[in-house]
Amino acid sequence: MSDVVKETVKDAIEIVKDHDKDVHEHDVHAGDHNGGHDGEHGAHHTSMGLSNTKLAMWLFLGSECLLFGGLISTYMLYRNRQGTGPGPDQLWDIPFTSASSFVLLMSSLTMVLAVSAANRKDDRNTKLWLTVTATLGGLFVAGQIYEFTTFYREGLGYTESLFGSSFYTLTGFHGVHVSIGIVMLLATMGMLATGKISGDKAETIEMVGLYWHFVDVVWIIIFTLVYLIPA
Amino acid sequence: MAIIERPVGDALAFQDAPVTATSSYGYFRRPVETTGWRSWAFTVDHKKIGIMYGAVAMVFFIVGGIEASLIRLQLAQPDGTILSADKYNQMFTMHATTMVFLFVMPMAAAFANYFIPLQIGARDVAFPRLNALSLWLFVAGGLFLNTSWILGGGADGGWFMYAPNSDVPFSPSNGVDFWALGLQITGIASLVGAINLITTVLNMRAPGMSLMRMPVFTWMAMVTQFLLLFAMPVITVALFLLMFQRSYDATFFSVAEGADPLLWQHLFWIFGHPEVYIIVLPAFGIVSEVLPVFSKKPLFGYPFVVFSGAAIGFVGWGVWAHHMFASGLGPVSVAVFSVATMAIAVPTGVKIVNWTLTMWGGKLRFTTAMLFAMGLIVEFTIGGLSGVTHAVAPSDTQQTDTYYIVAHFHYVIFGGGVLGLFAGFYYWWPKIFGRALNENWGKWNFWMMIVGMNLAFGPMHIIGLQGQPRRMYVWTENRAGEGFFNLGFWNLVSTIGTFILAVGVLLFLINVWVSRKNPPAPLDPWDARTLEWLTASPPKDHNFDRIPTVHSIDEVFHRKYEDVGENGEHDYVQRATLEDLLAEEERLGEKHIHLPAPSYWPLVLAFALPIMAYGVIYTTWLILAGAAIAVAAMFGWALEPADAEPSDFDPPVDGDETSKELANV
Repeated sequence: MSDVVKETVKDAIEIVKDHDKDVHEHDVHAGDHNGGHDGEHGAHHTSMGLSNTKLAMWLFLGSECLLFGGLISTYMLYRNRQGTGPGPDQLWDIPFTSASSFVLLMSSLTMVLAVSAANRKDDRNTKLWLTVTATLGGLFVAGQIYEFTTFYREGLGYTESLFGSSFYTLTGFHGVHVSIGIVMLLATMGMLATGKISGDKAETIEMVGLYWHFVDVVWIIIFTLVYLIPA
Repeated sequence: MAIIERPVGDALAFQDAPVTATSSYGYFRRPVETTGWRSWAFTVDHKKIGIMYGAVAMVFFIVGGIEASLIRLQLAQPDGTILSADKYNQMFTMHATTMVFLFVMPMAAAFANYFIPLQIGARDVAFPRLNALSLWLFVAGGLFLNTSWILGGGADGGWFMYAPNSDVPFSPSNGVDFWALGLQITGIASLVGAINLITTVLNMRAPGMSLMRMPVFTWMAMVTQFLLLFAMPVITVALFLLMFQRSYDATFFSVAEGADPLLWQHLFWIFGHPEVYIIVLPAFGIVSEVLPVFSKKPLFGYPFVVFSGAAIGFVGWGVWAHHMFASGLGPVSVAVFSVATMAIAVPTGVKIVNWTLTMWGGKLRFTTAMLFAMGLIVEFTIGGLSGVTHAVAPSDTQQTDTYYIVAHFHYVIFGGGVLGLFAGFYYWWPKIFGRALNENWGKWNFWMMIVGMNLAFGPMHIIGLQGQPRRMYVWTENRAGEGFFNLGFWNLVSTIGTFILAVGVLLFLINVWVSRKNPPAPLDPWDARTLEWLTASPPKDHNFDRIPTVHSIDEVFHRKYEDVGENGEHDYVQRATLEDLLAEEERLGEKHIHLPAPSYWPLVLAFALPIMAYGVIYTTWLILAGAAIAVAAMFGWALEPADAEPSDFDPPVDGDETSKELANV
């Protein structure tokens, strides 16, 4: 037998052995949060090659699409039913809302920077960018609160008209999502600072990032449909 | 979106000290009790959770049955006086709500929780603590919903709760608030469960367990979870709108302000139609498991059964408006939805044909489980046929809101969903508890239920076509027909049938009681085919001594039997019994199996939500109190150490000290 053949056979045997190992040496941990990694085995072996946490987050965001779909549909049905109350043309302040939308979009950029810092295992910059992201999100929510109070002063109460109810419900739900995102960012930051995140830290931050970007994309849709199209 | 793909296997931990937390808030260590009530209350084991799901759902089944019996008592005679009009409204609303949301769905979830990990060869679900959260949210929501009976009466708007009819002016009691908030809580439970179980099925499969080798029950359960994932948010929106309307004076359903009453109907039925497939698909899955076993044949056309289930899941999203044919949608919408509804009969028919052909030429064994499965095929087909008569819009406008539609959906939900679940009870009881249910009592149980359901729901076709309306608390003699179509006769028959059915359910409970002392069942009582039998009965805490490697559909069957047929003919010869296989697994089993530790937080978080819900109804500070508990529970959850320190949950390893060390990983 030539050497080449011998080498090939040896390689083949190695491959088969490796395959057997893959088949029999699976991770014996049932997963828990963070896909049940405990650092010792590294990433959890999954059938899809995608970690449990990530798959679950995508599924959750999929269901969130339907939630906002229902709320947006309700608003689109009622947007012209303002009764005797004020309507979009008297209320919208497009420059202001554009500015706060820009702030929210920029927070997606800083979130990406946080995730990439986490992937570089750069602890200091991760915490920095998480804080900046949370701050920008806070600015956006503050802008929304200011906007709501202004609208209220101009006569659009929550119970004023169908337009009022559905507008406040839709944008309010989005605002609550942003606020929850801010809490998540700050909690992640705190847990990172005190070393309390178990499992794959970079992935945890990536999950918060996925949620944050999703909320951001939803805002782009809401901003377009609610503010820009009537204007 | 920034999706950064890292190669799997790249452990990406920061270069700092490992996590050293041993408790949440420096006080709450993870519970360690392995016996007593604590081992159930704080458990994260999918099997215990499945059993508790089933037990609680069974209690609600009895509650819903009592409500149904009262409804039929009221209607047994003309001008019934058992219930007032108001109580009657509450009764049929809560009967439907309880049966749909608190019995059939959770019971299907019980089977899904218990058997999905076993059928795909996993040790547990993907997120054990979230699994516990699903269970306790369902319990919390169900209890909350039923406290309305003692706090001013149940909801009275029908299970579809059409707004504006369910708004304060027409439904002044708190019943509808309880309904909306209770369903919100159970809805979160379903959503969490869906995310968890889909992740489990897609990610936790044993080596070789490809999607097209999975047992059909797991497939159908996964389709169901996908339906839940996308349907639940829609009802969530509808329930929020209703809550804001009733509690905070929003205007969504105020017609005087120009609101559209169809908004609620669309939102509700976009959820509500997938909901009926959520109810029936798990039962289809169970039947697809039971029939091959008792026919001694593989399931006929496995891919067709799987893909027809998926097709039902898809098409189920395009038929919701057939619930609204009488609401003036206009001819185009009605025509489109009419055609789509007829189309969905096709994949359902495919399943019926496949089941029939599975039995064709098989060695049939008429055990109780098999009888229930065959009962499902017959009764569901009857219900499906009356369903097609509803898909025809012109005839639907005649039948809508009469007892004919009541007959239809009881045939499909009871004759489909519930009979399938009962087949599951009898088939899997020896697996879950190690003891089989008594077959004699089981046969009586089956025949009483079948006779009872046909007597209870069959006559409703007739009284419906005679024009007796749904949801009316009395009917009068002068509407009665002549001869064969006499309303009085058929209403009485229906009531008698209801009580025969109730006796049938009672026989099941008696059977559970008398079977509790049965001798242990053999390991392989039915000559089973799928992976959940490749473990002891009841299964060990860690499910499998060794994670199986899967080579085919019906893995366990092919491990037991060898095909010695020639020229393409199959001829199976037994080469091993299940006892042999299990002994082998035990011998080669792994040491150091580490299981997730129990946790307090799912229970705490789940019961914080009803506190918030009471706050919405009664007083705002309760909302804040509940929210504070919920937030504390979430942080306790997140800060909890990943594992218990003493690993009492891991199987002991004789004379081996390293297991203790490994437990501290």
